[in-house]
This record gives sequence, C-alpha cells and structure tokens, in this order.
Amino acid sequence: MSGHTDMVLVDENGMRIDGRTAEQHRPIKIEAGVLNNADGSAYVEIGKNKVLAAVYGPRECHPRHLQDPTKAIIQCKYNMQAFSVSDRKRPGPDRRSIEISKIISEALEKVVLTELYPRASIDVYIEILQANAGTRCAGLTAASVALADAGIPMRDIVPAIAAGKADGHVLLDLNKEEDNYGQADVPIAIVPSTDEIVLLQMDGNMTREEFDHAIELAVNACHEVYDIQKDALKRRYSKPAKEAENDEQ
Amino acid sequence: MSSEIMSDIKRDHILKLLENGQREDGRGIQDFRKIQVETNCIESADGSARVKLGKTEVIAGVKIIPGTPFADTPNIGVLTTGAELIPMAHASFESGPPGEDAIELARVVDRGIRESGMVDVEALCITPGAEVWMCFIDIYALDYDGNLFDAANLAAVCALKSATIPGEQYGKGENKPLPITCVPISVTEVKVGNTLIVDPNFDEEQISSARLTVTTDDNGNFRAMQKGGRGSITLDELSTCLDRAVEKGAEIRKIIG
Amino acid sequence: MERRNARQTREIVVPGDVLDGSGMKPGENAYVMDGKVRASVMGVRNVFQNTVGVIPLRGCYMPTSGDTVIGVIVDIGPSNWLVDIGAPYPAPLHVNEVPWKVEFGDTSRYLNMGQVVLLKVLSVDESKKINVTMKDSGLRRIEGGRLVKISHSKVSRIIGKSGSMISMLKNMTDCRITVGQNGMIWIDGEDENADVATEAVKMIEAQAQSGNLTDRVRAFIEKRLPQEEEDYEEEEE
Repeated sequence: MSGHTDMVLVDENGMRIDGRTAEQHRPIKIEAGVLNNADGSAYVEIGKNKVLAAVYGPRECHPRHLQDPTKAIIQCKYNMQAFSVSDRKRPGPDRRSIEISKIISEALEKVVLTELYPRASIDVYIEILQANAGTRCAGLTAASVALADAGIPMRDIVPAIAAGKADGHVLLDLNKEEDNYGQADVPIAIVPSTDEIVLLQMDGNMTREEFDHAIELAVNACHEVYDIQKDALKRRYSKPAKEAENDEQ
Repeated sequence: MSSEIMSDIKRDHILKLLENGQREDGRGIQDFRKIQVETNCIESADGSARVKLGKTEVIAGVKIIPGTPFADTPNIGVLTTGAELIPMAHASFESGPPGEDAIELARVVDRGIRESGMVDVEALCITPGAEVWMCFIDIYALDYDGNLFDAANLAAVCALKSATIPGEQYGKGENKPLPITCVPISVTEVKVGNTLIVDPNFDEEQISSARLTVTTDDNGNFRAMQKGGRGSITLDELSTCLDRAVEKGAEIRKIIG
Repeated sequence: MERRNARQTREIVVPGDVLDGSGMKPGENAYVMDGKVRASVMGVRNVFQNTVGVIPLRGCYMPTSGDTVIGVIVDIGPSNWLVDIGAPYPAPLHVNEVPWKVEFGDTSRYLNMGQVVLLKVLSVDESKKINVTMKDSGLRRIEGGRLVKISHSKVSRIIGKSGSMISMLKNMTDCRITVGQNGMIWIDGEDENADVATEAVKMIEAQAQSGNLTDRVRAFIEKRLPQEEEDYEEEEE
C-alpha cells in the first residue's frame, strides 16, 4: 500500500491494467486431488498466483502438548517458495507467513467439525509456487478444497478473495500493481451458507462507504469462488465414474 | 530418507519378488519409472521445472540476481543449491529448517551440476572483481515416493536448461539464456538383500541397506557420486552401478532433450 | 451395511450442499441448519426412509466397536503393543487381550515390530481411546501372503451384497482373503492367483462408484484365470 507510481491503475472508462472492470476477479482455476501422499490436496490458480495445498489427518497430534482432549486442532503452515516472488525469498518462515498461517488455521477451525476427533491434529500445508498479490486468499481457497478432498467432515467450504482500493476506486481482487500502489487491501473469507466472515484483514485507507462497497464486492465474489471450488471437487468424482461406464460399452 | 514401520508381510513380498528379478509395480530391476517434465511453469522464476518420476514429484526454480563475487574467485559467477523436504510431500517429513537428509540431497545435486561444469560460471561475470550473476537453485519435494536424488537432479537440471539471465530487469544488458555446457544426469540404485535396483520407490528404499548415486556428463564421464545408507556395496556391485549410470544417463538425457 | 449398496442416482455432494429442504431427517454425515439438511462430507447423497445423509468417498477410518481390523505392530511396551490400524489414533493391544499368558516386559517374545495382526475393536470411548483384542475366534497373527490397502469407505463394495463380491473373489481366484473394516486386506494364494486377486481388489476400489461392478470383476478374473464352470454359476448381485 505504501508504494507510489505514475502508472494509471484505473483508466477513465473504469478499466484496470489487466483489462478487468472494478467488479471482476482474475481467472480462477481449481483442481482437487493433485498429490498422491497427502490425504487431500488442491491446486489453485488465481490470475498469476499458483498455489498448492495438502492436508494430512486427522492424525496423532505432534507436539503432544498441543493436543486438545475435546477436539482436533488445525495446524496450517503457509510457505512461499524461494522463487515465487520477484526477489528471491529466503527459505523458512518469517513473521508474515506465521501470521498468515495462524489466521488461515482459525478460519478453517470455524467450519471443520473438529469435535469429532479429540486429541488429533489436522495439518494443512500451503505452498505458494508463484505469487502475484492475493496469495493468502488463494491459499485458504485451496486449503478448504484440500480438506474436503481429504474427506474431513466440515459444515461448509470456505472461499476467500480480496477487495481493495486503487486510484480512488474500490476494486475486487487486486493484482500486484494495484496491491503495491493502491490505497487499501481487504482480504476476506466467508462461510457461504451463512455469509459469516471467518477471515478479515484490512490495511490502507478507506471511508466507511468505500469499505462497505469493498465487502459487498468480496462477499459476492466469494460465492463465485465457492462455485468453482465445488465444481473442482465434483469433477474429480464424476469423471472417473463416467469413464468407467464408457469402458463397459 | 525417512522411516516408517513396514509390515513384515509387505517386506517379505517385495524380497520374494526381487529374488525373481521382479518388482511390485511391474518394472525390471534396471527400469526407471515414467519421467514427466514441465519446464518454465513458474513465471516469477528465471527458470523452473516440475518433474514427476513415477509418483515422486519435485519442483525446482532458478533465480538469477546480480551480486558480489567471492574474493578468491572475483570473475566467476556464484551457484547455490538448496533443497527442502517439506511436510506436504510425505507424512514423515516435518516442518522446520532443512535437516541432514535435505542437506545431503542438495549437496549431491549441487555437486553434479558444479563438477560437470554444466553452467559456464565464467560467463556469469558482469564487472570483474565487482559484480557477477548469482544463480540460486531451490528444490522442493512435493510428493515423495522414493528416489528424490534423481528427481531433484532432473528438476534442477531442467530448470537451469530453461533459465534466462534477466539482464533487462537489473539494467545489466539484454536477457540471454543461461550458458549451459552439458547435462549432468544422476542414476541412483539401492541394494535390497543382494539385489541392486535402479530408481527405488519408497518401499524399496525403506528396506534397502545401501544407496549409490552416480552422476555422469554427456561423454559418460563420472562427475559426482554419493554412497548412502548403513550397508555396504562390493567392488563388483560398484562396477555394475557405474555401467548402468552411463547407460541410463544417456537414455534419460534423450528423454529430457 | 446393505443399504450402502442400494443402487440409486449417484449424486455427488460436497460439504455445505443442501441435501433436503422438505423436512427429512439428517442421516450420517449430515446436519440441519435453518430447516435444511446439509452435507458435512464429500460423498454420495443417500436416502434411507425419511433420512438423508452422505456416504463418504474419502476420509480416514474411524473404528467402531465390533469391527474386525488388520493392523501392524508399530511399538512395544512392557504390557502392551501399539497397533497401527489406519485410524487417527494408535490402538493399544493389552497383554490381557492376547491368547497367550505374557509376563510383564516379555511382550516382544510374542509379537514384534512390523508383524501383522487380525484384531477386533472392543470399544471406542468418548475421547476416541481405542481398545482392541486378539481373543476371539479367528483373530490371530497373520503371516505370509500379501497386504493390500484400500480406502475403508470402499470395503462394503469389496464385500458386496450379502458377501457376494468377496465370495466370488475367493472362489474364482482360489485365494484366502481377509478383509479388515479399516481397508486392510490380506490375500494369500498361488502367486499368479494372488496377483489377480490383488488387481481385482484395486479395480473394485477404483470403480466403486460405477454400476455392474460384479460383472466386470468377473470378466476381468475370467480373462486372467480361465475358470472351471461350476466355480461361479450362482453369483449374482
């Protein structure tokens, strides 16, 4: 939010540098079940973001002192790979990735029926292969598909997307330039069946009206992301069945 | 790499098959699994490759940035290789800084690339004594079903082959391909009982006593080796491994082009 | 178990999907919110009388008392063994629950690391603490043969309606087959036959969602192992 540029991020017709209108998200591609070892997995592309998520568990909780006798804990690890950003990122967790891991774990705890697995741990690993603004939302979107793919009982699937502000316009799903040189960023995640918010951050500068508009855009877009998530999961199972039927004939 | 309690039934079954030169997945003892390579899959990297070796999957990315040369090699570019066995790849991998297995893996891959002179590091000099291109190779295991050595070597090599020096980004001249002189290929075998098998999967690694990785260059000369595991290999077995490393190395060099 | 095989339109649902909004009761893997029954796992929508639930497609095995399971010894204590039965929790097998009299600290003389055992789940308490036993007819240490691991949610397909699939597998391949509710399957027989049985089991797992499975499995085995006629005359699903 702090950078400054002479670049025009939104032109006089309301078009953005990547050709989107204010209310459009970048192209989204989701695939479920992309890894062999993990109990569940998903691959997500949102614009130029490329994200893998893997779920292991429920399994025995390590370290043991984290065990909760009444429910499973969700341990999320968000990691940016060294080559995922324009300057090489030093491997290993930093304060930013630890914070993101924490808020994603908490967002998922709201929907997962953790009380079914006392003392256990559900481990969620998010690897950012390529980053272009919005990786925490892409990561959470991937993680909830991976959880469902792992067959973990949950109330709903969590979609996430950001809204923000650049060149004085409220925009959905900021790209890297808009994120770097814009005035605000608001990533959110919801439970689609109830529209409850399970992740919300904000940085920058917005009026109440702008913020309300941003939330409206993001909540609507979350429902679109949700449809793509569901489609990815259903595609995984409807396809092999069809192929098997075709084999018969 | 990692351990897991294997049932005696499974172990005995694998051993029994090997007595007849057979393997659980139908391969012969000298066969590699299917190799799939996707290069330049990561735009934020200057070179990248995602490699599948059967069910083992590895991603490698190359970042090339200007930096200061080492004092004792003022005109020579810098190569650095890192590897991480992230917990995404296997239930037995733990988060945290790279452990000894990851470090060994990175160093063996690094040695093959460095000693073969794959990258012409002298051509990476920008201003003698002051500035050179530094080439960082970062390798991540994504799915682990044995033989990370060869999968990681392939991913790193393919990423380097596809890499571009980003001169324009740093105002250091035009973009140009990373200068490559040869393609080092590693071939790993493990010893299970008294049988040597090429490209072991996870279960085969679990019951193996010794491992040998041999890296060759385009001429079939040896450029790096690493023996691992608590068991031993005989001189005859070594000879077999060397022959196979040359033969299989040439085959793989053709596959990856 | 049988109703799981009921043939109906196989509608795939994911968590949060509305299963019913007209007053049906929530069955397995379903919950009610604002008068609607919703799915809590990914799977196949399943109606049984006036309940609607989900048959899961994936997910870890959760033991229930009475289950027969196959496990691997993964740790040994002075008065018990820890058995991996593929559940989120290890299953301790106490020395009182084996058919031998074991002195304190003498456990490894009877069962050792990596050995495979056929057990029964005695109980699973509120906090998911598991008790297993080897003291029942047929329970034993398993030796030889081979183990195949499949998803526990496909076990009912391996068994088939009233055991039709499993008895067909056994008859046609002439193998001894023991199926654990946890998805661990033990197969023992002549090498080639056991190979075919193993492949058949994997085929059932992969195609569990499609119809006419029994016929296709039969055709597969016939092709690989030519049968004498009386072997399979009355196996109909």
